[in-house]
Amino acid sequence: MAHKRRMTAKRRRFYDSSIFVILSIVSVFAILVLVAVAAFLLINSIPAFTQVNQWGFFTGTVWDPTNPIEPLYGMVPLLVSTLIVTFVSALIAIPIGLGATIYLAEIAHPKIRKVMKPAVEVLAGIPSVVLGFFALTVFAKFMWEAFAPAWRPSDYLNLFNGAVFLAIMMVPIMVSLSEDAVNSVPRSLKEASMALGMTRWETVWKVIIPAARPGIVAAVMLSIGRAVGETMVVVMATGSSPQLTFDPFSSGQPITSTIAIEMGEVAANTPHYYVLFELGLVLFAITFALNYVADWAMRRHTERYQ
Amino acid sequence: MRRRTKERLFFLLFRGCALVVALALLIIVGNIVLLGIGTISWEFLTQFPKRNFTDGGIFPAIVGTLYLMTLVMLIAVPIGVFTAVYISEYQGKSRFANWLRVAVNNLAGVPSIVYGLLGLGMLVLFFGWGFSLIASAVTLAFLVLPLVITASREAIQAVPSSLREASLALGTTKWQTIRHHVLPYSLPGILTGVILSLSRAAGETAPILLTGVVLTKSILPQDIWDTFMAMPFQLYALATQTVFEKTQDFQYGTALVLLVMVVLMNLVAIIIRNKYREKYKW
Repeated sequence: MAHKRRMTAKRRRFYDSSIFVILSIVSVFAILVLVAVAAFLLINSIPAFTQVNQWGFFTGTVWDPTNPIEPLYGMVPLLVSTLIVTFVSALIAIPIGLGATIYLAEIAHPKIRKVMKPAVEVLAGIPSVVLGFFALTVFAKFMWEAFAPAWRPSDYLNLFNGAVFLAIMMVPIMVSLSEDAVNSVPRSLKEASMALGMTRWETVWKVIIPAARPGIVAAVMLSIGRAVGETMVVVMATGSSPQLTFDPFSSGQPITSTIAIEMGEVAANTPHYYVLFELGLVLFAITFALNYVADWAMRRHTERYQ
Repeated sequence: MRRRTKERLFFLLFRGCALVVALALLIIVGNIVLLGIGTISWEFLTQFPKRNFTDGGIFPAIVGTLYLMTLVMLIAVPIGVFTAVYISEYQGKSRFANWLRVAVNNLAGVPSIVYGLLGLGMLVLFFGWGFSLIASAVTLAFLVLPLVITASREAIQAVPSSLREASLALGTTKWQTIRHHVLPYSLPGILTGVILSLSRAAGETAPILLTGVVLTKSILPQDIWDTFMAMPFQLYALATQTVFEKTQDFQYGTALVLLVMVVLMNLVAIIIRNKYREKYKW
């Protein structure tokens, strides 16, 4: 530093406060992005409120936007598809994610943990389009050919196929977030439980999991949010037919796929275009709510263990 | 005794869960490597596709993805790191910082397709940028911004406050302390976050689908206002469009190149983090 011209105290303070101003201005950007997301979804949905029957949008059971005589914009089939893939993937991912977390945090040999944790991170890093590709080319075929014709899924590409690969995306999120929660449970709690003669399983089940529950709830909410919003896996794996179905083994078309598939084919500033933005708004509202719950749970968790 | 048996049973179950995760990774990666490796050649990496993606290579898609990552880095990294410095060093408890944290948490949960809608509605149409490399890059920068901020924030907050206090006690200003003491020590953590974010940007498909990617283009993008080809979109389009029936080799080849790139970036990030976690133990 000696060779540099020394700044006077006054100049240093000026320099310092201008940096502060720059940082404050740059920081507004993140808030602006969130505002822009909400604003542009809303601006582009507003025409749909008048041009498309809103009652029909929220309760209609037929999605047929390209019908030349009477286009129908009922989002129920899309919403049901989204709910089915989310529910099934949560059913797969939450127990497996939690089990793997407990294995990593409490049971695994340190050497195995050292390999397993990066492996989970690599799994988290696999692009969703690659998972969708695998679902489309390998897993769908496997499901179709592995069972006798009577036991086959109703459609070659189906919601279950997508849900399996959503689950594969959710597990790493579950593991990394709930592992943080499990690890932040104070050691003393665990030691006290063991000292009272509980087995390791009883300690895990009756002490560690209840203590980490808010963090685990947050992990569950965030991974469900991921499943609701994931696009490429469901576009490629679920068959993309917007029919109303409650059968997880038949094809469907979740909200995200609908936007991804139809946005490319629709002309700007038509009712169909605006409705797709309104679907985006619905999606945004769902994930916003899930995030809110996760945030709330996480805050409770940190309040408990500082 | 029954309690011990129960413990053994449940622990076996948990082991099974971990095994399922490991197997899923092995099967997916193994399948793509085994079926894709035969396609990879120097020509495949350096030539334009020919005859409806049955001959030639994926050069323009690789270049498109690299262009995207470069632009995303240039946009998201400065903004993300500055915001993280601001939240953790300056206004930690102010109301504005609180809003900022809420905004970042929520942005992290916004689905990628919704970012695509933002890019389409705001950048492509409202700003009039058209379907372009820059519209896609800015959209992806929005998408990875929360990741960069969160990773940088954690790295900065891991630097012990005694270090800052020692520096401040010697009469430095706040920015000097941050610049010369906090940032150098948090650099490995920030770098890890940046690499992971870029690998995420490289693999994202839905946002670029709505903002500027094309399947075929006979030249490389000439400037940032030009459309571009990219690996994830090429994989999606070839795998789902029945027009291209004989492109299986191309699909697996593209999937493998994309996968290798992303996994390598992830591994580099993990190695950097683990190395410095051991080096700086406070």
